[in-house]
Amino acid sequence: MNKKQRNMLTRIIITLVMTIGLLFIDITGWFRLVLYLVVYLIIGYDILKKAWLGIVNGRVFDENFLMAVATVGAFALAIYEKSGDYLEAIAVMLFYQIGEFFQSYAVGKSRRNIAALMDIRPDYANIEQDGIIVKVDPDNVKVGQTIIIQPGERVPIDGVVVSGESSLNISALTGESLPREVSTGDEVISGSINMSGMLKVRTNKEFGDSTVSKIMELVEDSASRKSKSENFIAKFARIYTPAVCYGALALALLPPLFLILFNDASVSFPTFETWVYRALVFLVISCPCALVVSIPLSFFAGIGGASREGVLVKGANILETLSKVKTVVFDKTGTLTKGVFEVNAYHGAHDEDIADSKAQLLEYAAIVEASSSHPIAKSLQRAYGRNIERSRMSDVKEISGKGITAIIDGKKVAVGNEKLMSELGLTPCHCKTTGTIVHLSIDGKYAGHIVLGDVMKPTSAQSISDLYKSGVKQIVMLTGDTREVAEQTAARLGIDKVYSELLPADKVSQLERILSDTKGDDKVAFVGDGINDAPVLSRADLGIAMGAMGSDAAIEAADVVLMNDNPLKIGKAIRISRKCLKIVWENIIMALGIKGVCLILGIFGIVNMWLAIFADVGVMILAVLNAIRAMYVHKI
Amino acid sequence: MSKTFKIEVDCANCANLVEEAAKKVNGVTDLSISFMTQKMKVTFDDNADQEAVIAEIQKVAKKIEPDFEIF
Repeated sequence: MNKKQRNMLTRIIITLVMTIGLLFIDITGWFRLVLYLVVYLIIGYDILKKAWLGIVNGRVFDENFLMAVATVGAFALAIYEKSGDYLEAIAVMLFYQIGEFFQSYAVGKSRRNIAALMDIRPDYANIEQDGIIVKVDPDNVKVGQTIIIQPGERVPIDGVVVSGESSLNISALTGESLPREVSTGDEVISGSINMSGMLKVRTNKEFGDSTVSKIMELVEDSASRKSKSENFIAKFARIYTPAVCYGALALALLPPLFLILFNDASVSFPTFETWVYRALVFLVISCPCALVVSIPLSFFAGIGGASREGVLVKGANILETLSKVKTVVFDKTGTLTKGVFEVNAYHGAHDEDIADSKAQLLEYAAIVEASSSHPIAKSLQRAYGRNIERSRMSDVKEISGKGITAIIDGKKVAVGNEKLMSELGLTPCHCKTTGTIVHLSIDGKYAGHIVLGDVMKPTSAQSISDLYKSGVKQIVMLTGDTREVAEQTAARLGIDKVYSELLPADKVSQLERILSDTKGDDKVAFVGDGINDAPVLSRADLGIAMGAMGSDAAIEAADVVLMNDNPLKIGKAIRISRKCLKIVWENIIMALGIKGVCLILGIFGIVNMWLAIFADVGVMILAVLNAIRAMYVHKI
Repeated sequence: MSKTFKIEVDCANCANLVEEAAKKVNGVTDLSISFMTQKMKVTFDDNADQEAVIAEIQKVAKKIEPDFEIF
């Protein structure tokens, strides 16, 4: 409860006590009026002030004005009639204020709860000064300074471990529950929680540039990018509020006037009383707050829930687009595959599988490629897995674009592509397995080849079927790779459309073709690793960048940023957005439905003030509770 | 040039109304108010006197919602 709310609660209690007290005191005349006026002012002075300011500033018909008119009117009638019945005015004002109080309390509390759940910002950093650990503001820690992170504490700033080892809980960042083991020399990312041992970390970024600050900035900024439904409701409220106020005014004045003119009713308080009361009921029901509040709250909760799953959504509008995604276009390398080559097969001179006797082939290939830093050379060295004795090799010659020749243990070895083999006068066998092929010849004889392939991520196939299950109609893969490799990958993953051998610029034009083929409200998402596909990311209706931990470029270009590189998160992101949008519509329909029914009943006097307050506050609390559900997305 | 300010605004509808009015203040290129995070993001015109613009926004906002505060 904030200061304003405490203040309001005190006023409500004082008013309640004084009103009940006044009911038991039998006083009449001017003194009675003064006492009731005091109570009235205690509960309603701010409404009167706002109503007055509204008139001064030319914004007449809002709820403050009508509350003021109704209650002042009730007072005036009671004075005119000398009835001394001032209670009505106070009761109406009191009900109204209680309703407002509940609203502000419920909304404020849920808003803070969500914000707190999303807040992974560390409050301090530990540094060592003269042998003592001191807590300082992380903003004051310089790049290159050493910070200490104790078990249970959050890593405040990105850096590299100088000493100590521990496991880090990175679930707040990526939504992954598997802890990450770190020791000296490893990078640690701010926002993760140190679980076991003490770590000394040399910072390599300032606090403001660290991952945790970037994430918080992004999530908080997202609230300012409003969704279409939010804008729609804002526009709706602008027409709705004055319309309801005029409606209430008409309800208070027209029926009594009609009765007076045509039914010979007297110009007295009872004639007006029923209708003024109904108008007030009408007003209380009609407050648009449940709608206006619950929609951004739902989006806020949805974005918050997604961020805890490692899916950063840059705005409510984007969550809305995400829910309409029917086509997902993947870039192959780095999203569906790891972008790292791995040996798939060893074939002998006649294309026969020699996986069992591969040792010599691999050994020679690894030694020859020892000095190369090409990704393929690296993967061959990794596959070999032992120390490479370079001393066994001499006369290394690199033939650009073809391969390498060298002499190993006195044997002439050549490692390279088909062109190299032809140059040496050999006929390499044309391998039927798709992938990148490395041919070898030993002592002038063709010895066989090694087939390498980009490694599929373990979850890729599952994510594709998962996307189809989540209602995505079309999945397309774009790649710069050869047709064979692309088609093989697509077949294994169950992707129906593949466009291969594309240059980066071709990817944009291919995406544009897909966009123009997409009908109606369906949206096209492009998934890339954010490294050199920024133009495609920004051209798509929705750009999703993967594995963006620490990559500013990807965060900049994409609409949705996946903190880790697990493609399963794409389907999850879509399901989160669907759930959120469903909640938004539930709230719109529920609020308008209940209010509509109560408004009509109110006109006929069936709904009393208590029901009116339920229709207003109750609906709002229901809407807020429903909105908070958008936050719980771990299991979907 | 855009800056984010912490604000206090009590009702979501008022936040929308203030946002609409404050967008029209001279020197403001773009402005958005988030009731949820209680923040206001203002993009200023290049040569605007930012303090004066903020004072003007405060004034405009007070007319709509007397409880609106910029910190």
